[in-house]
Amino acid sequence: MSSHGIKDQVAIVGMGCTKFGEHWTLGTDDLLLWSTSEALESAGIEKDEVDAYWLGTAMSGNSGQTLSRPLSMCKPVTRVENYCATGSEALRNASYAVASGAYDVAMAVGVEKVKDSGYQGLVGASHAPTDGTARTLSAAAMFAMCAPAYGNKYGVTDEQMREVLARISWKNHQNGARNERAQFRKEVSMETICGAPLMAGDLGVFDCSGVADGSAAAIVVRAEDALRYTDKPIYIKGLSFLAGAGTGNADPDYDYTWFPEINAAAKDAYAQAGVTDPRSQISMAEVHDCFTPAELLIYEDLGFAERGTAWKEVLNGTFDLDGSMPVNPDGGLKSFGHPVGASGLRMFFENWLQLRNDAPPERRITTADRGLGLVHNLGGYPGEMVSFVGVVGNQLG
Amino acid sequence: MYALGMRGILDLAAYVPYWRLNRSEIRATFGSGGGKGTRAVASFDEDTTTIGTEAARLLGSVSPSSLWFATVSPAYLDKTNATTIHAALRFDSDVTALDWGGSIRSGVGALMTALRGNDPVLVVTADIRDGLPTSADESSGGDAAAAIMVGSDSEGPLLAEVLGMGSATEEFIDRWRLPGDRRSKVWEERFGETRYVPLGEEAWNAGLKDAGITAAEIDQVIITSSHARSVRAISSRLGVEADKIALDYSETIGYTGSAHAGLALTGLLETVGAQKTIALLSLADGADVLVLRTTDAITKRKPVRSVATQIEARADVAYGKFLSWREWVTLEPPRRPEPGRISASISSRREDWKYGFVGSRDRTSNAFHLPPARVSMKGGAVDDMDPAPMAAEIGTIATFTIDRIAYSPSPPIVFAVIDFEGGGRTAVEMCDVDAESLKMGDRVEMTFRRLFTSDGIHNYFWKARPVRDGVAK
Repeated sequence: MSSHGIKDQVAIVGMGCTKFGEHWTLGTDDLLLWSTSEALESAGIEKDEVDAYWLGTAMSGNSGQTLSRPLSMCKPVTRVENYCATGSEALRNASYAVASGAYDVAMAVGVEKVKDSGYQGLVGASHAPTDGTARTLSAAAMFAMCAPAYGNKYGVTDEQMREVLARISWKNHQNGARNERAQFRKEVSMETICGAPLMAGDLGVFDCSGVADGSAAAIVVRAEDALRYTDKPIYIKGLSFLAGAGTGNADPDYDYTWFPEINAAAKDAYAQAGVTDPRSQISMAEVHDCFTPAELLIYEDLGFAERGTAWKEVLNGTFDLDGSMPVNPDGGLKSFGHPVGASGLRMFFENWLQLRNDAPPERRITTADRGLGLVHNLGGYPGEMVSFVGVVGNQLG
Repeated sequence: MYALGMRGILDLAAYVPYWRLNRSEIRATFGSGGGKGTRAVASFDEDTTTIGTEAARLLGSVSPSSLWFATVSPAYLDKTNATTIHAALRFDSDVTALDWGGSIRSGVGALMTALRGNDPVLVVTADIRDGLPTSADESSGGDAAAAIMVGSDSEGPLLAEVLGMGSATEEFIDRWRLPGDRRSKVWEERFGETRYVPLGEEAWNAGLKDAGITAAEIDQVIITSSHARSVRAISSRLGVEADKIALDYSETIGYTGSAHAGLALTGLLETVGAQKTIALLSLADGADVLVLRTTDAITKRKPVRSVATQIEARADVAYGKFLSWREWVTLEPPRRPEPGRISASISSRREDWKYGFVGSRDRTSNAFHLPPARVSMKGGAVDDMDPAPMAAEIGTIATFTIDRIAYSPSPPIVFAVIDFEGGGRTAVEMCDVDAESLKMGDRVEMTFRRLFTSDGIHNYFWKARPVRDGVAK
């Protein structure tokens, strides 16, 4: 099996990102226009100059016409869907298309209009018929099972775990409070987080990401063309996506303290990017903090902490904005909510800002000189998930 | 000796749901109705098909040529409900599955017809009794199921042989319900008494004559009817002393309609001992009498889970929850989409898993696959698996969680990852459980339930519940 990657062959030369939130007055079309216009402006080009589009959406429309219709164009638009990694999947495919030489300029767009369903939370996209035997559990409940499993394995008491998870939520809200595009822009105290109503298991409201509408977009070109569009391109270093076998809930060897699919995707992406020591080489990471226990386990799966130690690093502030390994400096899913198709590209957008030193001073990371940033998504549940890990950098080589 | 010779009961078991309603709660809530004691309450995820299945799962190994299912409250009309039980018990396709439906009398009628026949027949009776809040049917009714394996001594040792039977029939209006109505109505009780008492005496005398015995030779008699006044009236007219009248479970379980004859018979045969003559008198749109003689084989039989132990293994359900389970009140649901209807064709392809809880086991790695898979998760062998029936396996809770936001007809959902003691893991919903007392390592067993109903299609599957006493098959 080979996974060569496309290190330094493709560059992001323009990005756009809407404000995320409950956009009662905006539809999918409006959100798409917002993010794509911003991306085009950022790259200094017109939409006709984009040769092909990849549209990521999980539940807001089918086919490429979801994009071509509101933009009133006749272009190759590929609609992609891969659970919560949908946005990143759009960028991966657009990047490969450019690297192949098939197109000069491609745009990856992610969008989700979640708040038109009338329900709280995400409403599943799949209407495929079933035999009715699959679990009917919420995602919150599935991820809730990870916290006691991790605690039991590594000797973390319930009280310590409560503090660790709250600290993750607190950090992300701290960062989100400093981000004008975030859905939730308030700092939340540890007391409020710990005292919130329970949703599933020991997870309270503040352990769960919000639900928002949003869209984000990226324009990619061949690396050698990048400087025509911007003097600060961001280069694709590695893109890994894996769909797991989904056997975790039937496999007694799986213990809910790690996500094998994420760990494997990280190894693949690091190999493509030439990353051997993520803690010293990577400036920042945007990871899929759908639920606080997920972020805790992700640290270890991405190699940011040794197995069984991430909880201590959380308490030490390692992953804070001013820590040695900032994670979710934009506020994460906690602050942005999770418009499924848009989230991955929103994470790339934060890397775009931070690695170009365009992030506002109040939430600028201090580690940008390492030059590499990471985007991580997971889709699905513990034991049965898809995972994306991407590495980008602000320098060639 | 009855004309058919050695015909009788090969095995029998009853299922009493876990939940009880304290009848005093009814009066405390509405200022009327209720009474003393408790009634058994089927959970929100149980129906007559699932509780009938659970009763049959408490039997030893049985090989009927037919499965008959009798209930007043069928989960489906038009479609046979016995086929669901047939699937859950994993009977072969040459075992016929038939419903006896509609009336209380169908339960005892199915039993007596099976006893009169020549074939081995599994008779399953189940009922979920309900009535308007504060009604007598609500408080005196109960939910339970019984499964009785009927056959001849050539098929195995009989626990009880048939000595004789008698019946009397007459058309009169005592209780009735139009199809689709949610509750029955009853005529003035004093009128019913004038019909039931003579009919009961007629059937009783016919049954004793058929058995060739006198009333004095009866060791225990079960008298069962929805018509309580007639039960009281006739009990002194049978020529049997008051202390020979068997327990009727009215104080603990309630009157369980078409299942009650089977339930009471099961309870009695679990305690009465060998070489006893017992009689059953059922009053329902006529009267039916069954006279049996227990054999020595009954002393060797230890019930997997007796009626008495199930009466003890219980938890109270609040009256408000009971009313919501029976859909007399509608509670605010979680703001989540309700599940869509299941697919008939997928359910058919997956019958072994969905109804029988049969996974697969890789012949090379021995890895269990729940649900069954064609490609092994350990080693990747393709189509090299044996069926792995798991319904009777005991598991332990590896981890669990409480889901307060997922859709459920009765939130919250308690969900657990189960490691089976003989190998294999699955993640399933828990039921009949107090979530606060659950802990990792607790032992659980599988139970057949109705998960939800959508577009009028019931979604049957398996859940896990704590092992409380004995182990189901």
